[in-house]
Amino acid sequence: MITAERKPLPEIKEMIQPFRKILVVGCGSCVAECASGGEKEVGVLSSALRMDAKMAGQEKEIEELTLDRQCVYQFIDQLTNRIDQYDAILSLGCGAGVQAVAEVFPESVILPALNTTFIGETKEAGFWVENCRACGDCKLAFFAAVCPVTRCAKGLFNGPCGGSKEGKCEVDQESPCAWQLIVERLDKSGRIDQLNEVYPPADWSRQQGKGPRKIHREDQNI
Amino acid sequence: MKNESHLKKVLNAGHFAVTAECGPPKGAETSVIRKKAKFLKGFVDSVNVTDNQTGVVRLSSLASCVLLKKEGLDPVLQMVTRDRNRIALQSDVLGASVLGIRNILCLSGDHQSFGNQPQAKGVFDIDSIQFIQVVRQMRDQGKILGGEQLSEPPHLFIGAVANPFADPFAYRVVRLAKKVHAGAEFVQTQCIYNLNRFKEWMKGVMDRGLDKKVYILGGITPLKSVRMAEYMGKNVAGMDVPEEIITRLKGVPPKDQRQEGIKIAVETIRALKEIEGVHGIHIMAIEWEDVVPQLVEEAGLHPRPEV
Repeated sequence: MITAERKPLPEIKEMIQPFRKILVVGCGSCVAECASGGEKEVGVLSSALRMDAKMAGQEKEIEELTLDRQCVYQFIDQLTNRIDQYDAILSLGCGAGVQAVAEVFPESVILPALNTTFIGETKEAGFWVENCRACGDCKLAFFAAVCPVTRCAKGLFNGPCGGSKEGKCEVDQESPCAWQLIVERLDKSGRIDQLNEVYPPADWSRQQGKGPRKIHREDQNI
Repeated sequence: MKNESHLKKVLNAGHFAVTAECGPPKGAETSVIRKKAKFLKGFVDSVNVTDNQTGVVRLSSLASCVLLKKEGLDPVLQMVTRDRNRIALQSDVLGASVLGIRNILCLSGDHQSFGNQPQAKGVFDIDSIQFIQVVRQMRDQGKILGGEQLSEPPHLFIGAVANPFADPFAYRVVRLAKKVHAGAEFVQTQCIYNLNRFKEWMKGVMDRGLDKKVYILGGITPLKSVRMAEYMGKNVAGMDVPEEIITRLKGVPPKDQRQEGIKIAVETIRALKEIEGVHGIHIMAIEWEDVVPQLVEEAGLHPRPEV
């Protein structure tokens, strides 16, 4: 999923400072799953902002709405008849959600309340770890399903570097060395010989060749 | 070829080579490099210049190499893939060659988070092994990545680094084999304090016949104090400083610890000379380059051969 973290309250307060009537819009997908932008988080943030405005003697109207998905037009459309009532929309969607809403309503002020962080997995309750950089050319078959692009601090295709010690990465002692995992997993699955070959340079144009990437599938147009 | 690598000539002639590392200054000045060149001259065959080591901004490696060359030394240009993409790397390889640099050492580089620009974007477009392969292809086939032909290939003796002490240990020899396969002609190793582990690694190297395919230069860093030994052992990943070395340094008063550090280094060099398959040493005296002549003399490696 796409993970995100809510921005610090002071930063959000500063962003919404010029606006009186605000709609806080959550998203029921990834950011709800990682407990940063779902209905519950919309409620918590809205209460905090209302309380803060009251304490500061400011007149603010803060309303709440959570869409199933902020990155799909069918769901964004729920805003169509009410968006004009608000001075600003405070979005708890990921970066894709914020921009999708902004695209539909060019005359509205759309502000991000989250910092979108990474594509990752839930390790345990309250702990998420990045494991995909969406490079557009998945190489996991060669690396025993451990992504060196994401999980090696230097993104080495022919690792490990000299900084791997006792299975840990020199950059972050909390992180396992991705290459230690790759070597171990290839060994355990009888594929260690794969490492004798020099893995060629990546084709980064698959990731950032010509600006934003697009997927266009004719079969979905029907 | 005009102006060939001195290091290559020394190694090809079968001599036990001596290289040293020279760290560039943190400023636009020439005097530091000139000074270091003056006391290294005559005591080493070639001098490595680090490329913004530990991610700290310094005078560029290429500019420093040119200064060393003017002082009559044979520089080894260190290049890391951390700061430049394949376009810039290949361009600088050509640039080094036309400036008369004849040795290159290809590394991935210390992660930017360790340096004084931790907010920098780490490039790592290609890794060190891919970089070795690229330089080798440029030189031998006159082609850049993607196959386009160069009007004139670069003339460079190609080196890599090896760390016999990092993990996973069993994979360390495989990794050297990969670097050799990619095109490395010489390797310089991480600092050796644990000779037993180094010998174990060398055995693996010999078993694969790699010592016949690549020149191996053992890394030497003289220790200045107990504190430095402990720091390197604990805080520098991939560094193996055995307890006996620390105990030995602790056994002498602080004012004599530098001398003891030199003694340990000289003993290590003498031991390396006796290990089959080791073709030389690489001295990395961090901000202590003026100790190099003493180490070389006491290890019986002075004068350096004329080739």
